Amino acid sequence: MMAIAVVLVSSGAFFLLMGAIGLLRFPDFYTRMHAAGKCDTLGSLLVLTGLACSEGLALTSVKILVMALFIFVTSPTAAHAVVRAAHRNGLAFWTNEEAR
Amino acid sequence: MQTFFLATSLVILLAVLLSLYRVIKGPTIIDRIIGVNVIGTKTIAVILLTGFLFERVEFFIDIAFVYALINFIGTLTLSKYFERKGVEHGRVT
Repeated sequence: MMAIAVVLVSSGAFFLLMGAIGLLRFPDFYTRMHAAGKCDTLGSLLVLTGLACSEGLALTSVKILVMALFIFVTSPTAAHAVVRAAHRNGLAFWTNEEAR
Repeated sequence: MQTFFLATSLVILLAVLLSLYRVIKGPTIIDRIIGVNVIGTKTIAVILLTGFLFERVEFFIDIAFVYALINFIGTLTLSKYFERKGVEHGRVT
């Protein structure tokens, strides 16, 4: 059980770090959102599931799994709302001409 | 196991620092909102890891629940507000 927990938590931390690097490095708001939204959801899900595995069968692990379900529902919702606000206000897309 | 939890929370805190650059430097207000949302999601994981470090998970998990709710509602409210007001007007330099 501990080995599964270690693997899940470290892969979740890896995804969180990669999402932060993508948020830092991508050139456009929409591409930054692409990195941040998905990596963040998957990374927190992996970390929370690994922590529930390390706790074993108890009330706290059930609570952690319920919180993982909550994050799985709400994080894409928040990302969708933010991208909708940007798109409705006509934020420009990044094109390749700006890089030259 | 405690050392592993400490190392993982340090890695996540490095990711929080990288996202903080986007909050401070972001060109539009929407970038800042996204940076705050990402930091909040990472903070939930760090709170839970801190609970495992101190072996008091049953207290820390309620704090993490409240933090998840505040993060979600805050991001949704800010995005709705700036959807109506306009993204470019919220530019803060």
